[in-house]
Amino acid sequence: MTTVVLEKIWKEYGDQVVLENIDLTIESGSFVALVGPSGCGKTTLLKMLLGEEKPTSGSILMDGTPLKPEPDWDRGVVFQRYSVFPHLTVLGNVLIGREFEKAGFVGRLFGDNRKAAIEDARALLAAVGLSQHENKYPAALSGGMQQRLALAQALMRRPKVLLLDEPFGALDPGIRSEVHALMTELWLEQGITVVMVTHDLSEAFRLGTRVIALERRRNRPEEAERYGSTIAHDIEVWPPKPNKKPSGSAVISALPPASELAAQPLN
Amino acid sequence: MRIINRHPNRVLYYFLAALPFVALAAAYLLGSQARLSINPADKLLPSLTQMGNAMYELMFVPDKRTGTYLFWSDTGISLWRIGCGMGLSVAVALVLGVAAGFIPWVRALVQPFVSAFSLIPPITVLPILFIIVGLDEASKIALIFVGTAPVMLRAVALGVEDIPRELIIKAQTLGASTWQMITRVVLPQVLPKLITAIRFALIPAWIFLVSAEAIAAVSGLGYRIFLVRRFMSMDVILPYVFWITLLAWMMDMFLAQLQKRAFPWFQPEKAS
Repeated sequence: MTTVVLEKIWKEYGDQVVLENIDLTIESGSFVALVGPSGCGKTTLLKMLLGEEKPTSGSILMDGTPLKPEPDWDRGVVFQRYSVFPHLTVLGNVLIGREFEKAGFVGRLFGDNRKAAIEDARALLAAVGLSQHENKYPAALSGGMQQRLALAQALMRRPKVLLLDEPFGALDPGIRSEVHALMTELWLEQGITVVMVTHDLSEAFRLGTRVIALERRRNRPEEAERYGSTIAHDIEVWPPKPNKKPSGSAVISALPPASELAAQPLN
Repeated sequence: MRIINRHPNRVLYYFLAALPFVALAAAYLLGSQARLSINPADKLLPSLTQMGNAMYELMFVPDKRTGTYLFWSDTGISLWRIGCGMGLSVAVALVLGVAAGFIPWVRALVQPFVSAFSLIPPITVLPILFIIVGLDEASKIALIFVGTAPVMLRAVALGVEDIPRELIIKAQTLGASTWQMITRVVLPQVLPKLITAIRFALIPAWIFLVSAEAIAAVSGLGYRIFLVRRFMSMDVILPYVFWITLLAWMMDMFLAQLQKRAFPWFQPEKAS
């Protein structure tokens, strides 16, 4: 259960103000969608949450403590591209989070530890519908499968917050709705806090519990440089989505395969 | 149909591929025959039999002075030199290249120096090497090292920098330490690129090997070629050149196969 608080965040590149005065509290278990026109700084904001960029001023608190200034395990991420390691198999891609966590210097697990890790990884792969493909390399997977794999990989490390940077932007519409359904299931299942950047409004409202729109208030050419984007709209999505799975089941392997998910209506 | 859209079938492909080789061999044999029929003592274009006889002497008859089979000892010593030189180059290129490509502090320390160093024409270093390390094996190995290491180091460092930033961030979000990222993400992704770098570096490596052997050596393939040149022994020079080419080709094939087998996920032709 993790709450993220952004306090008076400003971000400037040289003279260019990108973001100004962002105050935002992301409640535990919420699914926040960041939307806005391109160049409005939504990806910059995500990068600051990730620790890849530092705010020029202001602070980001996670459960009351300042965020580490570099990416770390407490914030998982799925990018639009290059989300999985091309040199590892599907199973290897999911395992590697556990290996980084538990294996230290050697970076590999052996014996019972490895067996347990493989079991967990297989459960996650089943949840994202990739059980049939665990020995394939990512290059042999379609775009949608790669993104599902990236989700499983990120969840394996049990991050406190999951950050998504236009994760479904490059997918075909049919595949996209399938992955949307899966994303919702996983979010309900794990009770995880999610922040997603997207330029697709319907995606934002379909997946999010809260939609934050960033916008530049002043856009006249002579002012544009000195005024950054700020939160223009903060919308609670109606009807509210339950942030616990109704059945109360907490076993991820109980999820139906993704192919069935696609056929079910969401709400 | 435009010619760019017309593809030769399999048989025609191999026929076309073999054509220049066959044409060159035929031209040589005809020329050789023509010259020898006018002057049987002609040394410029020896016949296959003459080359065979000369090579038989070198391959299967022990040398009177040293008691060794010259062709094989030449091959052995040359391969040993190029192996040591390239081995050293690869080791340094991999360690420093990964460090320079991945760790900003090391990059600042290493890259400007290596860029400057790589501009020194290696062959001009040879006299310096002779003076410092002497005329024996070390100077030849050092020349190959000086000639190939900077280029390979830069290739490795660039290969590391070319790994998409997203993957490095991703590894960090999975909790990887710098060491874990090097062993589990960077090295596996850079090794196939290293093999490509080795394949490219082998070409200058052979040049430097033969140069060093030609200038100061008492054995080796390059030494033999430049020795018998004084007697215009084309019957030895030509087979030696052919043999060096064959060795270089075999090394290249081996590395290409290794890259394909060991890194099935790697697609070198894929544009980034």
